[in-house]
Amino acid sequence: MGKPIIQISNLMKTYRLGGETVHALNNVSIEIEKGEFIAIIGPSGSGKSTLMNMIGCLDQPHSGTYLLDGKDIGKLNDNQLATIRNRKIGFIFQNFNLLTKLTALENVELPLLYAGVSAKERRERALEGLNKVGLKERAGHLPTQLSGGQQQRVAIARALAGNPAILLADEPTGALDSKTSKEILLIMKELNELGHTIILITHDLAIAKQANRMVSIQDGQLQENGGELVGNLPIY
Amino acid sequence: MGIFQSIKMALKSIKSNKLRSALTMLGMIIGVSSVIILVSIAQGSAANVTSQINQLGTNLLTINTFGSDLALTEDKIKELSKLNGVKAVSPVVSGRVNVKQGRTSSQVTLTGTNAEYSTVRDTKVSNGRFITDLDLEYRQKIAVIGSDTASTFFGTENPVGQYLQIDGTSFKVVGVLVSKGSSMGQSGDNVVIVPLSTGQRLVKSTTINQVYLQGQSEDQMDFVMNEVEMALASMYPNKSDSYSVTNQQDLMDTMSSVTNTMTMMLGGIASISLLVGGIGIMNIMLVSVSERTKEIGIRKAIGAKRRDVLLQFLIEAVVLSGVGGLIGILTGVGLGKLVSSILSLTVSFTPSVMVLSFLFSLAVGVVFGVFPANKASKLNPIQALRYE
Repeated sequence: MGKPIIQISNLMKTYRLGGETVHALNNVSIEIEKGEFIAIIGPSGSGKSTLMNMIGCLDQPHSGTYLLDGKDIGKLNDNQLATIRNRKIGFIFQNFNLLTKLTALENVELPLLYAGVSAKERRERALEGLNKVGLKERAGHLPTQLSGGQQQRVAIARALAGNPAILLADEPTGALDSKTSKEILLIMKELNELGHTIILITHDLAIAKQANRMVSIQDGQLQENGGELVGNLPIY
Repeated sequence: MGIFQSIKMALKSIKSNKLRSALTMLGMIIGVSSVIILVSIAQGSAANVTSQINQLGTNLLTINTFGSDLALTEDKIKELSKLNGVKAVSPVVSGRVNVKQGRTSSQVTLTGTNAEYSTVRDTKVSNGRFITDLDLEYRQKIAVIGSDTASTFFGTENPVGQYLQIDGTSFKVVGVLVSKGSSMGQSGDNVVIVPLSTGQRLVKSTTINQVYLQGQSEDQMDFVMNEVEMALASMYPNKSDSYSVTNQQDLMDTMSSVTNTMTMMLGGIASISLLVGGIGIMNIMLVSVSERTKEIGIRKAIGAKRRDVLLQFLIEAVVLSGVGGLIGILTGVGLGKLVSSILSLTVSFTPSVMVLSFLFSLAVGVVFGVFPANKASKLNPIQALRYE
């Protein structure tokens, strides 16, 4: 294996809530290789959202280092972070987070718009992305005219549009029924087979098991291959 | 991201909220159109006054006397008329008199003057004749009347040859003046002109209130004015406070400074409504930012920089104010034309005012858009994404 795409070491993040200091992330270290399909599992309040924000470059650590593709995220400013999010990371959210006033095609075009891609190329690449998730003929529809599964597929196409290094999926099936969830997971598996690095964040063990590697997070601490831990905890 | 793309995006979001955008624009529309209407009316009346003053010719000097200690007699006036470059001199006594004919009676402005008045003040008769020097000499009880006076007392009849009672004395009407229209709120048509000598009797004063001097050419007016001032100074030493000499240019300057002040004042008042419109835009943009917090979060998560978000909202504000400004210009010109045709006011539309008010509306958009746009661009993406 080559150099890991994500290298996180001794990451700390603390919040002050009502006078008490909460360690959202406590000394977290993890390495993720290119092409991996990894699930991060943890109950709510475990710090997984903070970890996701951190990996997604929406937030910066208080201490410790986070190297994404060799770049130290902790040392970048707002604008550089925005560029990194645009080029390296594809977000897939639980609530799809599509812009309701834009069509499916325009939603997929959006990251390319901020990357400064020309209008013609943008259109071509967005259509290609929609084709990958099987929604080419729905390109002109507004999100409100699409089913939940279709919306999430549009969101996946949007995440893929910029050809990012990692896909970051935060509870991608949380708002979908089990049949559609399976479809979305299938798409993600296919994408992984095509070589995309996928980080799946979930609280659902059944979904986490679909990944090739599983880590669990609890009280801000990360444990590799959460199998034993999971087995011992009735909450899963 | 290109500016063109940003404008397209702004237009899209404005279109998606039509009613709100229209109401926001209304503030700018009212502001810009009121600036244009008011300034056009002010400038129209200024142009009107200027052209009226110009009609009298720019080679005119006026001596005004104050108080009665200045015995500006006919001899002295004759001396003035002999000065170099002076073409004609016309002394004037004036007052209000009661004019009566049959059962009609009315207060009318009386002017007692000589034959030169006709050329000096550019007053022509449409019917009959003007006063002659002979009328002055023989103290003829004759009168030349303005067109309004004629219609007041004689209706559609021909007044020439008929008689009027001026302060109880019977005067024969010998001529009717061409209508001049009103200027500075004074009707130029409701007048009675009589020979100077009879006029002095009517107002019971020999004091000459005004003397008009016509120069031979416009270029010499400064020279003639100096000459007249010096002549008057030698005639009336130490009494320079009792008279003043003005030329037409001075009058023009005074008038234009008055109308400029008026234009500025009206424009200023109307600009306040532009400012209020700007506050409306800021208000709506702030609402829009908090309504679209989630959208801002999504955009930031997928790579929008602070600058992109700032531009998006700023351009939206500027497009709102700019489109409002454009519609305002059209509305202003339309309403201005309507007002001018209904109230028969002269309005003059100057392109500079339109361009200026449009640029001002754009500036209002920028000034009042910066604060909400900046607020949007500073939103924390994590919190913005969580916002419902």
